[in-house]
Amino acid sequence: MAGESYKTHEHDVLVIGAGGAGLRAAIEASASGARVGLVCKSLLGKAHTVMAEGGVAAALGNVDDRDNWRVHFSDTMRGGQYLNNWRMAELHAQQAPDRVRELEAWGAVMDRTPKGKILQRNFGGHKYPRLAHVGDRTGLEMIRTLQDHGIHQGIEVFMEFTITALLKDGGRVVGAIGYDRERGRFHVWKAGAVVLATGGIGRAFKITSNSWEYTGDGHALAYHAGAELVDMEFVQFHPTGMVWPPSVRGILVTEGVRGEGGVLRNKDGKRFMFDDIPDLYKQQTADNEEEGWRYVTGDKNALRPPELLTRDHVARCIVREIKAGRGSPHGGVFLDIAWIKEKLPNAGEHIKKKLPSMYHQFKELAGVDITQEPMEVGPTTHYVMGGVKVDGDSQMSSVPGLFAAGEVAGGLHGANRLGGNSLSDLLVFGKLAGEHAAKYAKDNSPGHADAGQIEDAMHEALAPFERADGENPYDIQHDLQDMMQDQSGIVRNENDMAKAVDGLAGLRERASRARADGHREYNPGWHTALDLKNLLTCAEAVVRSALDRRESRGAHFREDYPGKDEAHGYHNSVTSRGPDGHMSVVRRDIPQIRDELKQIIEEMG
Amino acid sequence: MGESRDVTFRVWRGDASGGALKDYTTGITTGMVVLDAVHQIQAESAPDLACRWNCKAGKCGSCSAEINGKPRLMCMTRMDEIDTSVPVTILPMQTFPLIRDLVTDVSWNYEVKKRIKKFRPRKPDNADGSWNMAQADVERVQEFRKCIECFLCQDVCHVLREHERHPEFSGPRHFIYTAQLEMHPLDTEDRLGQLKDEQNIGYCNITKCCTKVCPEHITITDNAIIPLKERVVDEFYDPMTRLFRIFKPGKK
Repeated sequence: MAGESYKTHEHDVLVIGAGGAGLRAAIEASASGARVGLVCKSLLGKAHTVMAEGGVAAALGNVDDRDNWRVHFSDTMRGGQYLNNWRMAELHAQQAPDRVRELEAWGAVMDRTPKGKILQRNFGGHKYPRLAHVGDRTGLEMIRTLQDHGIHQGIEVFMEFTITALLKDGGRVVGAIGYDRERGRFHVWKAGAVVLATGGIGRAFKITSNSWEYTGDGHALAYHAGAELVDMEFVQFHPTGMVWPPSVRGILVTEGVRGEGGVLRNKDGKRFMFDDIPDLYKQQTADNEEEGWRYVTGDKNALRPPELLTRDHVARCIVREIKAGRGSPHGGVFLDIAWIKEKLPNAGEHIKKKLPSMYHQFKELAGVDITQEPMEVGPTTHYVMGGVKVDGDSQMSSVPGLFAAGEVAGGLHGANRLGGNSLSDLLVFGKLAGEHAAKYAKDNSPGHADAGQIEDAMHEALAPFERADGENPYDIQHDLQDMMQDQSGIVRNENDMAKAVDGLAGLRERASRARADGHREYNPGWHTALDLKNLLTCAEAVVRSALDRRESRGAHFREDYPGKDEAHGYHNSVTSRGPDGHMSVVRRDIPQIRDELKQIIEEMG
Repeated sequence: MGESRDVTFRVWRGDASGGALKDYTTGITTGMVVLDAVHQIQAESAPDLACRWNCKAGKCGSCSAEINGKPRLMCMTRMDEIDTSVPVTILPMQTFPLIRDLVTDVSWNYEVKKRIKKFRPRKPDNADGSWNMAQADVERVQEFRKCIECFLCQDVCHVLREHERHPEFSGPRHFIYTAQLEMHPLDTEDRLGQLKDEQNIGYCNITKCCTKVCPEHITITDNAIIPLKERVVDEFYDPMTRLFRIFKPGKK
C-alpha cells in the first residue's frame, strides 16, 4: 500500500454512469459551458439503457389527441399508488415531450404514424397510446443517439472505470476516487459537483433482467457519503421474463408484446387476467376479450385489456397461477402473440416487424418461433423505484454537491413504475441534473478532499489482494442473490425478512474476507469482491424498508399484510446511515400536494 | 434442468506480452450459451479470467470473441450448436490489440467515429421543433441503426485483419454509421469527400464477410457499402457529373 499513487483529473461536473441519464446530464452540463468528465463501468454505449425495449413515455398526443401532460401525470401517480414525489411526476409529464422531440433533432429515428409523426404505442397503466418507440429496441436508439451527439460535445469520457468512493469536504461532495479496469490503477476526480447516474440494483437478486453493472454502486456511494435513500422497499418485478432454458431465465420480454395484442394464459388456456381487476382500475379496464382486442388495434372507445394493468399487479397474478398449479411446464405462464393470426391476415410478418428482437431472442435462445407458438414467461427483477432522495426541481440529494438522475434517484415512480416512464425519466431528470450540477459548480468555490480519504479508499479497494486464504467472491454473491430472491422477493413476510437481516450480517462478515486472485489488470474476480459492499448495502436497505412497511402496496407485497393500509399511504421510507454507522429507516410524511395537482388527480378519476 | 455433461474449453489466457491457450472443463446443461460457460469457469476455477459482457441478450455487443474460429457474440452462441466432442476454442478478437484474455482494446473504433461529420438536420417542419417523415423513408436508416457496435464486422474485415490499414480505412461499422447519416431523411451534411479520402471506402472489395458475421443481420455490404461506393463514384469519377459541374459551377 505504501507508495500507492493515483492520477488526478479536474472537472466542473463529474457524471458517474453513462446510460441515458448520465449521457443526458453530461450533454446538458457541457452545453452550459462546464468542463465535464463522464465515467462508465463499461464501454460507451453499452450501459443498461441499451436493453430497454418498449418505448419512451411522453404525452405527444400523436396517436390519440386526448392525451396531454395532465393525463400522464395522473397515470404516473396512480401507478405509483400516490407515494410519488409529485413535483417530479409533474415536471416529468410536462417536459417529456420536448425531451423526446429533441432526440430526433440529434438523429434518432422513431417509428412513424401515417401522417409522418412519431408513432406511439399502448403500455400498461398508460391511458392512451403514449410510448414513442423503434420496434422493440427503443433503448438502443436512445443511447446511441445520446452517445453520437455527446461525442462531439467535448465531454471527457473514462471508459471501463469504476468509482469506489465519493470524496467530501466537510458536508459537501467534491469528487470521487476509483480505478481503471484495464490497468487497475487509481484515479481521483476533483469536481465542483457530482451526478450519480449509475442505474439500479438488480444483481442483488438471482432472477433479473439486469446486466452485471447493476450492483447498486450509486445507491451505496450516496449512502456512505451520508445521503438519504427513499422508498427502497419498492423493487419492480417485471411480469414477463424468459423462464426457459435455465441459462436465460430472467431475460426481459417486453411489455410491448402485450401492447401489440399478446395475451396471458394459464395451462388450461384461460386468460386469467380477467379474474382479478383491482378497484382502482375497474373503470379503465375491458371485461371481455373482444373489447381488449379493439383497444390494442386503436379503437378509442374501447377499454384496455387486463394484460395491460400495472406491472406489480400482472406479476402477482402470474405468481398466483403458478402457485395454484396452473402454470406452464417450466414454471411460468404462457404469453401468446401468435394468436393474432386469427385476426390479421399477415400476422407473422406483423409480429416480426413490431417485435423483431423478441422474435430473434426466442428463436435463437429458446428455439421458439413466437409467430407460431406461445412464449413461457415469469416475473424477473427489473427495476428499483427507490433511490437517492433528491429535490424534485434540482435533483440534488441531501448532501450538497451530490446529484442523482435516472434509476439511482428515487421518488418519481412511487410504489410502482409504469413501463416507458424510465426512459422519459432518464431524459427529463438527466437534463435537469446536468443543468443544476453545472450551476452548483459555478456558484461554489472548489472544495478540497484531504489525503486521508484517498488513502483509506485505496486501502479498502486493495484489501482483497491481501487475503490469500479468503473466500471466493462469486460464492458470496451467489448466496446473496439466492437469499434476496427467496426471502425478500416478489412475495414477502416478516419471518423471511427477519432471517434475511441475519443472513445479511453473515454475508457482510464473509464479504470482509473476500479474496482476489492474480493481478490488478482487468480482473473480474477483484471487481466482484468490490461490488459486494454495494450489493449488500442496497440489499439491507431493501429488507429494512420492506420490514417497516406493514402493508401491500404497488410492487411491495406482504403475504402477512396482504391489503393496502391507508395509514401507510402518507409516508415514504427514508434510509440513512446513523452516526453509529448502522442503517436506520424512518417514515417521513409526503409533503402536501399542490391544489391544482390534486385537482388533476381527482378529475381523471 | 437436464443432465450436466462435461465440456472442455480451450481459452486464450494472456496479455500484450504473450500468453497461451489453457484448458478448462465445466458442466454444460440445456440451453446454455458460451458466455454461461465462461462465467461458470470464472466462478469455479479462474476468477481472474477477463471477458467483457453486459446484457447477455444480444443487445449490447460487448461479448464478441472468436469461437472455434468464428467471430460471434458469446451470449448468442448456444452450446448445443457446437461440436463438444473436441475442446471448444475461445479466442479474443484478433484484429484489435489484446488487453487481457478475451478482452481487446477497441478504442480505435471510438476515435474513428468521432472524426465522421455529425448529424446536421434541416430546419424543423413544425413549430414544436418536430419533423414529418414517412415510415417507408425511415426504414432504410433504421436497419443501420440496429447496429450494437460489437465490432465483429471490423474483426472479420480483411482490410483491417490482414492488411492492418487501421489508420486510413474506417471499416464496415463506420460505413453503416456514415450510411445512416447520409441516408437520413433530415440530414443536410455532405460526407462523400470523407468517405473517399479519410475513410477510404475504395479499399473495400465487397467480399461480404462483414455481412455474414453481423449478429443483427444488417445487410452491410449490399445496403450500405455498395450504395455509398456508388455515391462516391458519381460524385468524383463520373464524367457526366464533372461535365455538368463545369456548366453549373457552385452546385454541389
